[in-house]
Amino acid sequence: MKMRIAIMILLATIAISVFVCGCALVQVAATVGSTVGVATGAITTEQAESIQKVGDAASKALERFTPENEYYIGRAVTATLLADYQAMDKPSLNEYLNLIGQTLSAFSDRPETFGGYHFLAVDSDEINAFAAPGGFILVSKGLLRCCRHEDALAAVLAHEIAHVQLEHGIQAIKKSRTTTAFAVLGAETVKTIGGQELADLTEAFEGSISDIVTTLVNSGYSRKQEYEADQTAITILKRAGYNPTGLKEMLEEMGKRIQRGGPGFAKTHPDPDLRRQQILPLLAGFPPVAPHPGRQARFAKAMAGI
Amino acid sequence: MKDVWRSVILIAAAVMATTPCPAVAAPRTLNVQVREGCIRAGPSALSAMVARVSYGETLAVLEEQGSWFKVKKQDSDVSGWMPKTSLTPRKVKLSAGEDDAKVSASGGELALAGKGFNSKVESEFKAKNKNLNFAAVDAMEKIKVSTQAMQAFLKDGGLAPQATEPQQ
Repeated sequence: MKMRIAIMILLATIAISVFVCGCALVQVAATVGSTVGVATGAITTEQAESIQKVGDAASKALERFTPENEYYIGRAVTATLLADYQAMDKPSLNEYLNLIGQTLSAFSDRPETFGGYHFLAVDSDEINAFAAPGGFILVSKGLLRCCRHEDALAAVLAHEIAHVQLEHGIQAIKKSRTTTAFAVLGAETVKTIGGQELADLTEAFEGSISDIVTTLVNSGYSRKQEYEADQTAITILKRAGYNPTGLKEMLEEMGKRIQRGGPGFAKTHPDPDLRRQQILPLLAGFPPVAPHPGRQARFAKAMAGI
Repeated sequence: MKDVWRSVILIAAAVMATTPCPAVAAPRTLNVQVREGCIRAGPSALSAMVARVSYGETLAVLEEQGSWFKVKKQDSDVSGWMPKTSLTPRKVKLSAGEDDAKVSASGGELALAGKGFNSKVESEFKAKNKNLNFAAVDAMEKIKVSTQAMQAFLKDGGLAPQATEPQQ
């Protein structure tokens, strides 16, 4: 028992040092701790390895795409999607979507991205939406039709913002691409990129875009990620002052309209009825949406003809 | 058992010896990792803007609150709040006279701005994939909503923000 207490004190010392001094020193402290610990017989080799792993993980967490990288990935993913889905030429609708969406993003845990959040309606009857990394969000006409009030539309946009905040798009990139990208990044220390490095990087970039587009269009995110996005959307909606029941009401409408076995959300998202069931505990105490007159008037104006 | 306690004390001393004391450490600084950074009067994206900060600018950290840091510009007394996600401890831009080789040789880390997937990579990608619609993406990026417009939008829609709502 005393041995356990001793090890806990050692781990606590490392944890406090990490907390006070940041990640850069994690690995040094963990290495010193585990090596000295084994040498003196205070901890076993397995325990030492465990401490070492914590240090390694903290160091490796810094090896990730920067928001600038994410921005270029998001632009290319969106340009790829917009080759197949036509942007709706309805400036008043797109301005309205950006008013709601950019305002909601201010209430997320990631209120700013490298290039900001941007929203666009696409002319498709499919029930569909895409959140590309960095904050590029497309919503189809078919999905807009599932919204009977602004609170429902806000729920759609908050769900997509959540995917950006939670970096689900970036997580769809295969490890092999990121390994190449980070290897080239490391090789750039002494020279400007060019030649073979640029070719390698562009290949990794192309592969990354393909991974994300395939996920968004065909395979979809995991059920867990979709549920996380619904949960986070509810938090954003509550913070902004919307009634989060808007999400439930939108899913009910989607359940009536969706063509099971069809394209879009029918293929890439869990069934709307299942999503609705899962969020119910988070909506306790919220009444059905009774739209504010000002909100309903601007919603009706922007959505006319959809 | 005495040996175990002696070992623990030794290890704890070793760890602490490798850890600089905060009292003598330089003030903590962070770097802006968004293109158009903005220091605000309060810890909210709807707070009034106090100053703009450029990509890569280094700021001193004064305090933190939830997902926000209170920061101070280094070239003036201007201080205010920025989202934690807009700041990074990693070097983003090099100072005048520095280059990556010197920074790398001195044991510092590579400056991140423009590294990895960047405009050059996008140009290569565009050249190989001419059917993609980057023009629509450029148009999409032009729609920007100001803080004032957001505030008016909330007010006109009868929305009363509850900004303290914790993450589920």
